[in-house]
Amino acid sequence: MAMPREETPGAAPSAWGARFLESRLMWRAFRRDRLALVSLVIIFMFVAGAIFAPWLTPYPDQGMGKANLKEKLEPPSRIHPLGTDDLGRDVMARILLGSRPSLSIGFFVVTLAMLIGTPLGAIAGYFGGPIDQAIMRITDVFLSFPALLLAVAFSAALGPSFFNAMLSISLAWWPWYTRLARAQAVSLKEQTFIEASRAIGVPSFTIIRRHIIPNLVTPVLVQATMDIGSAILMGSALSFVGLGVQLPRPDWGNMLNVARLYFDDGPWFAFFPGFAILLVAMCFNLLGDGVRDVLDPQSRRTE
Amino acid sequence: MGKGEYIIRRLALAILVLVGVSIITFGISRLVPSDPASLHAGIRASREAKEAARIKLGLDRPLYEQYFRYIGDVLRGDFGISVRTHRPIIDDLRIFLPATLELVAVSMIITLMIGIPLGVLSGAWKDSPVDHFSRVFAVVNVSMPVFWLALLLQLLFVRQLDWLPLGARVSKEIAIITPIERITGFYLIDTALAGNWAAFRDVLRHLILPSLALASYGIGLTIRMTRATMVEVLQQKYITAAWAAGLTRREVFFRQALKNAIVPTLMVLSLNFVWQISGAMLVEIVFRWPGLGRYWVDAILMIDFPIVVSVALVVTIFYVLTNLFVDLLQAVIDPRVSLE
Repeated sequence: MAMPREETPGAAPSAWGARFLESRLMWRAFRRDRLALVSLVIIFMFVAGAIFAPWLTPYPDQGMGKANLKEKLEPPSRIHPLGTDDLGRDVMARILLGSRPSLSIGFFVVTLAMLIGTPLGAIAGYFGGPIDQAIMRITDVFLSFPALLLAVAFSAALGPSFFNAMLSISLAWWPWYTRLARAQAVSLKEQTFIEASRAIGVPSFTIIRRHIIPNLVTPVLVQATMDIGSAILMGSALSFVGLGVQLPRPDWGNMLNVARLYFDDGPWFAFFPGFAILLVAMCFNLLGDGVRDVLDPQSRRTE
Repeated sequence: MGKGEYIIRRLALAILVLVGVSIITFGISRLVPSDPASLHAGIRASREAKEAARIKLGLDRPLYEQYFRYIGDVLRGDFGISVRTHRPIIDDLRIFLPATLELVAVSMIITLMIGIPLGVLSGAWKDSPVDHFSRVFAVVNVSMPVFWLALLLQLLFVRQLDWLPLGARVSKEIAIITPIERITGFYLIDTALAGNWAAFRDVLRHLILPSLALASYGIGLTIRMTRATMVEVLQQKYITAAWAAGLTRREVFFRQALKNAIVPTLMVLSLNFVWQISGAMLVEIVFRWPGLGRYWVDAILMIDFPIVVSVALVVTIFYVLTNLFVDLLQAVIDPRVSLE
């Protein structure tokens, strides 16, 4: 990759030309990973489905919770392609509208965890000493809870709602990013360009902001892509337990929680939301593997 | 850093972490918007009764004092009482924890029995159909919502085939005809000790589906890890030497290579074991398994906070100690280990 001359010395390469070339090369490498590519397409379809949900179904009001007691637990048919639920609502509509919280919790959790975790890790790694000790011991404490347990406990304490579920999962998740960012920062700070900036008197926080964080963004983003699937799974687990989105608003987890009670009369009602969770989580996992192979070849799994 | 120093520092870290954990769980119990005193006294209780409950629970004391009192109680094995049933929580834990541990233990055996062979085959025959199959199988398993898998297993093996029971730990008939004498709380062990084989079979039949559902994540994890380490180990010189010495495939893969490849997998699985104690709640709900997870979820929905906090604390202490044990074991086995 060509380094453009007008770059400030030591800054992350950010000239658009180089970036464009780089991203084209990456895309070419990524395209070879069939599974990741298919996953990306499926994810796009789900995201589009979530965005346009109210226009994609003839029953947006049922999707949001309006009961339709005349058509309780009807099997899949032409009018209701995925059948109806215990209150006669179109399962397809519920899944489409439920995909909004179910998918967005994955993005929110990972973003929030990244925003909390990365700067803390960069600071810990760059400064070292007591600051590092303090931050990392707090991280250790959070990591010593099983993640699901901590998320459920927080969310129980905060009260059941989508927002609190999202916040709770993020609280269980950020330490991973702190660890990752710290490890990167520790190795970055030994490099010449950082030493040079320090030598000419650039303030520490400027160095962290301008040089450390931009250079550890790639591994953090790779991790984030790989984590979205797990975050979606955990989100659905929380609302399955009753702590996420509250009925009558749908979410794949709370749909399953109700559906399990009507398993004899309407197995389709339980089948489709669960299948949606599995499909989306799997696509994000495969996409994550693909993105890692392209962006972070060093950590490539042994093939 | 010497080995002795490492071990001491690791122990110190564990103590520090446990203090932190206790602060967080205490914090969670104070985060609750509802008032523990009025929950304790009941909704319709008089103001005086609520005030009495407040003093009884020590809620009138300063926060740090409440914390130390809480720690003192926990160290003496007193986790407080449920606000609903007013039963000591420790008694409930004695009943529900073994049920969950039994479930998780059986699911762990299933994990090893399926995960390790598939991982070894997959790593040994890279890019073969077996490899492709087990990698896809692994991805499906780590992406699986376990509560949904639990429902599917019920649909197939209970509703359609009618091979296995729908839920609970033991059938009602068995519980009446040949009741299980509670010794350890692990029904498989209790029935075996009593020679009560009819009940033993019944208990085993009840365990199959929930533990299979619970095993799914671990199976995916085991396949992935075993495969990766197998691929690495198989490139080493001692394996070449083993081939040259004329050992059979089976001996090379399952003896020579697996011996080294299995160590990291077992480390991760031992942490996964504790992780699953909390993961089990998702399966317990579906199978009406009278375990710690269901007890916990019920307490959450009933806003019974002493229980919520105590269960979180107990499971996390388990987790911290397992983590410590794994690290120390690794330090003993592997001379390269040091802190960080």
